[in-house]
Amino acid sequence: MPIVSIEFDNNMPIYLQIMNYIKRQIVTGTLKPGDKILSVRELAAELQINPNTIQRTFQELEREEIVETRRGLGRYVTSEESKIMAIKKEMAGALLDQFIIGMQELGFADQDIVSIVAEAVTESPEPGQERGVNHT
Amino acid sequence: MSSLLQMNSITKSYGSKFALNDVSLEIGPGKIVGLLGSNGSGKSTLMKMVTGLLQPTRGTLTVTGLPVGLKSKALVSFMPDRPLTESWMKVRDAITFFQEFYDDFDIVKAREMLQFMKLNESDRVSVLSKGMSERLQLTLALSRDARLYLLDEPIGGVDPVARGKILDAIVEYYNEDSSIIISTHLVRDIERIFDEVVFIREGEIVMHEEVENIRIKYGKSVDDMFKEVYAE
Repeated sequence: MPIVSIEFDNNMPIYLQIMNYIKRQIVTGTLKPGDKILSVRELAAELQINPNTIQRTFQELEREEIVETRRGLGRYVTSEESKIMAIKKEMAGALLDQFIIGMQELGFADQDIVSIVAEAVTESPEPGQERGVNHT
Repeated sequence: MSSLLQMNSITKSYGSKFALNDVSLEIGPGKIVGLLGSNGSGKSTLMKMVTGLLQPTRGTLTVTGLPVGLKSKALVSFMPDRPLTESWMKVRDAITFFQEFYDDFDIVKAREMLQFMKLNESDRVSVLSKGMSERLQLTLALSRDARLYLLDEPIGGVDPVARGKILDAIVEYYNEDSSIIISTHLVRDIERIFDEVVFIREGEIVMHEEVENIRIKYGKSVDDMFKEVYAE
C-alpha cells in the first residue's frame, strides 16, 4: 500500500479521518480491489498514530465490508465492485450535500442550482479530471 | 487481570503543601496514556510514587494487583526526566549497565533500537546532544520487558526531528500487553499516539478521558482541551 502523507485535524476523531483516507485511496485506485493493506503496526508507525486507533479504523472498515480479513494472511481490500461503488456514492453524497447547502446559503433556488451545475459540466474542459475540493 | 495500575485516594503532602491530593486512577493494559499538566502540577510525583521512589502519605497503590514493592518494581520501567547514565559511560556501557541491573533487559531489542535511533555504541554519553540523549534514555527504558512504562517528559526540549523519531520508536517498540504513561506539557505534537489522557492540575486529576471521545464529544483537540482546562 503506497503511503501518501495525510494532514490530520486533531479536532475530529482520528479513526474517521483514517477511514476516509483509506476509502479515498480505494476510489482513486491507489488501492485496488484485492490489494493487501498494511498491518496495524505498520500503519501506526507510518502515520505516527496510536495502534488502537488504527485497530478501530480497520474494525469499522470491516464492519462496512470494505476490508476483509483472511485468517493468517492479513487484511485485503474487498474485491466486490458494489462495495466500491457504494463508497463512491457515499463520497459523492457528502460532496453534493456540502455544495447544495453552500449554494442555498448564497440564495440560489433549487432550479438555479440545477442549471448552474448543468452549465458548469458542459463548460468543463476535461471531464473526469480531479478537482481540488475545499474542506474548510 | 483488568487493571494494570490502580491508585486509590493517593495523597502526598509535604507539611501543609499537597503534591498530590486524593488522586484515584485506574489504567488498563495495552494503553498509551498521556499524563498532562503544567510544571509543578504533580506529574513527576505521581510517576515516582508508581515506581516506589516516593511513598504516599495516604492511600493505596497497586501494579497488576501487587502493592508497590520489590515485585512491582520488576514490572515497572521508569524513564526519569534526568538521565540515569553516568558521564564516563559510552553508549555501550550504559547498555551493559542496564543489562546487568535488570533481569528483564532485552539486549537484542536494545541493539535493534540503537540502530533505529541511529545511536553508536562507541559514543560517549556525555557528548550526546539533548535529542540523542533522550533517544538513548528511551532505548534503555523500552528495552526492558516490563508491564508498565513510565516516561517522564521524553520529548521535552528536543527538536521536531528527534521528537518524531522518539514518537516512532514508542509506537514501534511498545508491546500490546503493557501500558505506557507519558508525561508531557507538549500536547499538540504527541496527542495522536494516546489512547487516553489524564489532566492533572495542582495535584488533582481534573479529567481522565479517551482522546477520541474528547474529539467526538467536544469536537476539540486534546491540545485545545488542555488549554481550556489550564486557562487562568
